[in-house]
Amino acid sequence: MNQRSAPIYEALERFRRMRVVPFDVPGHKRGRGNPELVELLGEKCVGLDVNSMKPLDNLGHPVSVIKEAEELTAEAFGAAHAFMMVNGTTSAVQTMILAVIKAGDKIILPRNVHKSVINALVLCGGVPVYVNAKVNHKIGIALGVEVDELEKVIKKHPDAKAIFVNNPTYYGICSNLKKICEIAHEHGMKVLADEAHGTHLYFNEDLPISGIAAGADLAAVSMHKSGGSLTQSSLLLCGEGVDSEYVRQIINLTQTTSASYLLLSSLDISRRNLALRGSESFAKVSRMAEYARSEINEIGGYYAYGKELIDGDSVFDYDVTKLSIYTQGIGLTGIEVYDLLRDEYDIQIEFGDIGNILAYISIGDRIQDIERLVGALEDIKRNFGRDGSDLYCGDFIQPEVIMSPQKAFYSEKEQVPLGETNGRICGEIVMCYPPGIPILTPGERITDEIIEYINFARERGCSLQGTLDPKVELINVIKEG
Amino acid sequence: MYGKPMDIWFSQMDTDNVKTSVRVDKQLYSGESEYQRIDVFQSKEFGKMIVLDGDIIFSEADEFIYNEMVCHVPMAVHPNVKSVLIIGGGDGGVARVLTNYPEIEVIDVVEPDEMFVEVSRNFFPETAKGFDDPRVKIHNMDGLRYLRRCVGQYDLIINDSTDPFGHTEGLFTKEFYGACFKALKEDGIMVYQHGSPFYDEDEQAFRSMHRKVFKCFPISRVYQASIPTCPAGYWMFGFASKKYHPLKDFKPDEWKARNIKTWYYTTNLHRGAFMLPKYVEELLEEEEKRK
Repeated sequence: MNQRSAPIYEALERFRRMRVVPFDVPGHKRGRGNPELVELLGEKCVGLDVNSMKPLDNLGHPVSVIKEAEELTAEAFGAAHAFMMVNGTTSAVQTMILAVIKAGDKIILPRNVHKSVINALVLCGGVPVYVNAKVNHKIGIALGVEVDELEKVIKKHPDAKAIFVNNPTYYGICSNLKKICEIAHEHGMKVLADEAHGTHLYFNEDLPISGIAAGADLAAVSMHKSGGSLTQSSLLLCGEGVDSEYVRQIINLTQTTSASYLLLSSLDISRRNLALRGSESFAKVSRMAEYARSEINEIGGYYAYGKELIDGDSVFDYDVTKLSIYTQGIGLTGIEVYDLLRDEYDIQIEFGDIGNILAYISIGDRIQDIERLVGALEDIKRNFGRDGSDLYCGDFIQPEVIMSPQKAFYSEKEQVPLGETNGRICGEIVMCYPPGIPILTPGERITDEIIEYINFARERGCSLQGTLDPKVELINVIKEG
Repeated sequence: MYGKPMDIWFSQMDTDNVKTSVRVDKQLYSGESEYQRIDVFQSKEFGKMIVLDGDIIFSEADEFIYNEMVCHVPMAVHPNVKSVLIIGGGDGGVARVLTNYPEIEVIDVVEPDEMFVEVSRNFFPETAKGFDDPRVKIHNMDGLRYLRRCVGQYDLIINDSTDPFGHTEGLFTKEFYGACFKALKEDGIMVYQHGSPFYDEDEQAFRSMHRKVFKCFPISRVYQASIPTCPAGYWMFGFASKKYHPLKDFKPDEWKARNIKTWYYTTNLHRGAFMLPKYVEELLEEEEKRK
């Protein structure tokens, strides 16, 4: 196959020249019915916003250009099959779980997963079995899945159907995925890789191994993050031995039948770009991130961590394109630095949590922007740095699971003020967004420690979300008695 | 050469709807550096002009205005300047004016774009003469990066970068002004490009620069000059200082005694340059009142 071709993009170009008169949806009719939209997005963009039709194929049942584009994508990523996704990586993650987990089935996973995983379990009735994750106490983040811990869990739950792994985590931590896949397959379990932060792993040999290369059965890949496609576009990859037609059926349970060609063409063009130039682009991204790390560490107080975290197990590998920085050394929480960067320095970073910030470095960055970030961090230390001995270290807390997320979500519940929920079973997700990793999920026991963590996060300016109560003052808990 | 001149015009887009056009005799150079596109034109009215990413950076006819205004104004205020840092300044014009002052011992020029320096040397040898003075040292490095390692060592910093939207964007930010503050001695002065406040789309950048510097330095005043090749022919400079006020600490007699030859700057003009039009004063005051 020729990775230089981009079948969807080319079909759209052909279609544009045909000057077809639209008596179909969308009703804006190439923008004519909505001049303000054209003003904002441009004529070219609204002209490409067209419906599925014979010359352009149909995402729900592809037979021509979308099929070809998916085959090219599969080849570029080394997968047996690839699905273009238009409902975000959330839909790719949920499809992975719905494809292998039925009601009552167990799935083994670390607790620091994205909320889309928990929501998928609410939908399908799967039961989570958490692997204990080691925490790096200095920087307060959960590390990867350790092989020994995983084997212990498998021994206890040999009937589990799948193992779910972040590759890498938001912070760049990778587990020993190859070994995990071997063990899982020995026990007849599928491996699902959440690669929301790992598109680039497929295109540069110096980076950690990608999910599909390591032997994962399914991988959800956020093309719109490091891959360069439009927001909300994503990929779902299948390994050998996965029934891709069945996976397609699962996708079609919830996927829109009006897939956006803006998103599809952006996936097509981005795949081509990655296949042709990905390796050198990500080498440049790695160099920029490494440069930023060394400059930031020279400022003092901050800790921009990298490959030195690697310990062969809980941090099997580290994704050097990530620029994660521990900030409490200058006496500020990550969320405070995150807010200062935006409000005072016009710099928007990916997220800040209790102890860390993450600046997303990508193929769109320039070295002069890195200088700005480093300069701003130094200025923040000079102007806002303080003694941070009162700061909560923000350890990752792993709660106790009492019942399945689905059972808890659909149980009789009542809203109780957060401060009075000690000992109760949570009936909903409570999280900071970003990063979107739940602090509590349905079916988990609330403790004083967790309440304290939530209050501290709120006080420091984290955006709390997920609860029925928009202010996150009341928590929906399972009714007792 | 006989016959009619060619009808070739270079247009600088001042806004989407206004342009300044200069008839061009010929294009002397065009190249693309790691940072920007560089063009040199020969024109009838302005002589040779250097253009970066489509904006005229200076012309032989009007560069003296700019160079004199960023140098003589702080030099007539600060009583004893020994070390100067020029950020940008790849053409050497500012350094050349500063070499008129014998008391200056060090002039560091930080210009990331080596090609810009090279082109300036080739096409504007008169201007680039500034680089030949033994006190002048060129550092090919990003300005922010250079400043990160400087603490309390300069009497005067001149930010000679013009474009708050191009690759020098980082030199119009809070972190940059903060880094300059840190790099200056306790009675240091920073002079910087303040853009042109006239057109709507430049006004925002003008406001935000003043807001940032005003917060950062105890003394922060703005002064003006009329430069034909700048948008609206009108250009502003910022004077930010830790100790000296540009008018209260102004020493006209001492400066006059130096007998420096100028074409634009005079001690009367020094005072006048700080007298601003009402609408500019109002913009500045609004930003000063903001929290």
